[in-house]
Amino acid sequence: MTDETANGGDGLVIAGEEIGSRLIMGTGGAPSMHVLREALTASGTALTTVAMRRVDPSARGSVLDVLTECGIRVLPNTAGCFTAGEAVLTAKMAREALGTNWVKLEVIADERTLLPDPIELVEAAEQLVDDGFAVLPYTNDDPVLAHRLEQLGCAAVMPLGSPIGSGLGIRNPHNIELIVERAGVPVILDAGLGTASDAALAMELGCDAVLLATAVTRAQSPARMAAAMRHAVEAGRLARLAGRIPKRRYAQASSPFEGLASS
Amino acid sequence: MKIIVNGEPRELPDGASVAQAVAAVTTAASGVAAALNDEVVRRSAWEATELREADRLEVLTAVQGG
Repeated sequence: MTDETANGGDGLVIAGEEIGSRLIMGTGGAPSMHVLREALTASGTALTTVAMRRVDPSARGSVLDVLTECGIRVLPNTAGCFTAGEAVLTAKMAREALGTNWVKLEVIADERTLLPDPIELVEAAEQLVDDGFAVLPYTNDDPVLAHRLEQLGCAAVMPLGSPIGSGLGIRNPHNIELIVERAGVPVILDAGLGTASDAALAMELGCDAVLLATAVTRAQSPARMAAAMRHAVEAGRLARLAGRIPKRRYAQASSPFEGLASS
Repeated sequence: MKIIVNGEPRELPDGASVAQAVAAVTTAASGVAAALNDEVVRRSAWEATELREADRLEVLTAVQGG
């Protein structure tokens, strides 16, 4: 539980390890390493995603150098993979290159929607869990699929709010609540967030963390939006823990009616 | 002999190792992984793993993403 003034002691624990922030920021979409560094710092994130791609001999500046400078733990993803086989190989290469057995498992169905392919996703998750990975699957906002992923040993479940990069926010808050109610592993709202109120809503619905990239890196002022997201995640978390008032159909006065002046 | 490195054909001397092929595409000292015909080759085995004609080698690193 949190104390009344701060988030002290209310840590996010994934696969037995405490992560210092409930805002997980991806590195995708930043226009430069300089902007990325500023945004990561402003976000206060302690864990950030990277993609695995063929080495580019002409590339200048490595995202890994930025993460090392900022002291942020790396979470490789399998973005761009369409089959379980591709995702498993990419995860194994990430483990070898980066020395981590954590992976954000992403197996997409097509390039237009970037929605997860649930059948390939489950297949890849099974193989990677068996191989000793801490698997954090990017999944549809489907409570049944999220539960299956947890049952087969995933370290967290990461339902989408809406399609990657769309900024449409959380299209099915009811499903997110159903996932949260049933989950025994952290629920991380991943994808589709557009602005700070979306992140706060995710936390108010009971998600344990939020993962976002585009909403920050493609904002007009990435560092400012990163700070907004940091505060929104903290505010939403506190509101969740505080317990909101029930919604009512009619007004309920907060000032007493007794003792009114009479005219 | 000709092998395929990251999708591009490359001419390497017979008996060339994974380490030699990796060095042809990157000078990075860390943060790189190699897979030979879809199987990861641990960095510690790069020197000792010989390539054969028509092998496919993938050499990946971390980039901005997700």
